[in-house]
Amino acid sequence: MSNLQHQQAKVKKMTAHELTELLFAQEELFILDVRNSEDYENWHIEGHRVKSFNVPYFELIDGVEEIVGKLPGKQKILVVCAKEGSSVFVAEQLAEAGLDNVYYLQGGMKEWSEHLEPVKVGDLRDGGEIYQFVRIGKGCLSYMIVSGQEAAVVDSVRLTDVYEAFAKERSLTITHTIDTHLHADHISGGRKLAKSTGATYWLPEKDAEEVTFAYEKLEEGKVIQVGTTSISILPIYSPGHTIGSTSLLVDDTYFLTGDILFVASIGRPDLAGKAEDWVGDLHDTLYNRYQDLSKELLVLPAHFGSHAELGPDGVVSARLGDLYRDNPGLNIASEAEFRRVVTGQLPPQPNAYQEIRQVNMGRLQPDEEEQREMETGPNRCAVHDK
Amino acid sequence: MPAQAQPHFSADKVLDCKGLACPMPIVRTKKAMEQIAPGEVIEVQATDKGSLADMKGWANNTGHYYLGSLQEGNVLRHFLRKASPQETKAETRYPHTITNKELQARLQSAEPFLLIDVREPAEYAFQRIAAAKSIPLGVLEQHLDELPTDRDIFVICRSGNRSDLACQLLAGKGFSRVKNVVPGMAGWTGPAENE
Repeated sequence: MSNLQHQQAKVKKMTAHELTELLFAQEELFILDVRNSEDYENWHIEGHRVKSFNVPYFELIDGVEEIVGKLPGKQKILVVCAKEGSSVFVAEQLAEAGLDNVYYLQGGMKEWSEHLEPVKVGDLRDGGEIYQFVRIGKGCLSYMIVSGQEAAVVDSVRLTDVYEAFAKERSLTITHTIDTHLHADHISGGRKLAKSTGATYWLPEKDAEEVTFAYEKLEEGKVIQVGTTSISILPIYSPGHTIGSTSLLVDDTYFLTGDILFVASIGRPDLAGKAEDWVGDLHDTLYNRYQDLSKELLVLPAHFGSHAELGPDGVVSARLGDLYRDNPGLNIASEAEFRRVVTGQLPPQPNAYQEIRQVNMGRLQPDEEEQREMETGPNRCAVHDK
Repeated sequence: MPAQAQPHFSADKVLDCKGLACPMPIVRTKKAMEQIAPGEVIEVQATDKGSLADMKGWANNTGHYYLGSLQEGNVLRHFLRKASPQETKAETRYPHTITNKELQARLQSAEPFLLIDVREPAEYAFQRIAAAKSIPLGVLEQHLDELPTDRDIFVICRSGNRSDLACQLLAGKGFSRVKNVVPGMAGWTGPAENE
């Protein structure tokens, strides 16, 4: 045991926050992922300058000699596993083999999938601010709109402590929590957060037909006020990903598109089993409703599909006009072609998406561990995601 | 999903890895494997859910034979059989064989025969042909008086090696209508069942 403790001094711990900063800064990193190959193929850490390499830990039980030669000598090496134990086990052997820049990821992919990093998107006219909370491991984006001493949280994930701590630090009261639609890829924290802060919870009525709880109807034109100033959130009905999907226009500048429009892709219409019905709505939203809006709006989606969509400082955003030029989902010639493309190339569904919808309707009450398991893997809410 | 049943077989060794997180269940299994004889079966009890995929992956990687897993509450019971060097060599000496395909045809015909599965009970429990009678190679000699002489006897194992030894034993004891099924359960694509 003393030998083990001695070795532990040589391997360094990297937290999910530190890894996020490193990825945002686009630093070079070599990742040795020691989970089994199936888990790795399904979902692993990516970045602009990340090289990643998968060797299951159970192939390294007799030693790491065979792979040491394949690893960079001086560069940072981060060993990653599901929960942490195996990465420490392998990292220690690498350190013993003479590599001196070896880290393990604290809490493994489990903690990585739950890490939320707040980044500031910009200022609002009356002195308020808007923040994006990047759940980098899973590709979920949520938002906090701050004005005066009040805040609204949009598309909150279930890790609500992060929003509460963020608000507390700034002496803010969370007065509204809003879901742009009934989520299928992650468990919403909207209701939980509203309950613990006394905020009002908003959800589009058409997505809430089967819910078991009371909520405020998120309706087009019904303004939601934050703070004492005139910062307002204007809902715009934009069906397609779900029948109730509603976008939010904040301060006439920021356009929260939920799971309808992403930076590099568009939403998928099939997660409630109604692809054929909803693909027409999706087309209408993207090619008519959104077209009528100012091209200067800054699109802030509820997801990103790849690290390539992370901008400087980690913010995921794009000018609406730029998306009409560059996003393949907004450049399909006819509605017939759109239907073919969108329903014909759908990626696999997110893990446990049907159960997750039931949870978000209040019809299933899984415990913490079960919730975590349901959310395993990437979000897969976009049409072009692999 | 692992089966939820009380098994009617026991392993040669039981390893308790309950409460251990990865990599420990695999590290301990590897050590325990060194202490059992080739062909013997180990049962690994673990509570780490990740052990299911990892146990399969590790067995594949090392050549040991992953039989299957059972779930009882939070406990996963993984069954693995230690590989033996001679199994990988195709050293078939008994000359009379029947292919998997021919056996499948015989299963559908009316002509009577006896099919003996000479693998270990744990292997038999996880995947078997419904008509097969389980008599592990090690106890075959004690069951000779149960065997018929008036019809064909087919002997099957995982890869055709243990069944080859069984055929030789039966032939030596005077059974003349014995055939070895090749390649055996490892290549079986016909109907199968488990416990």
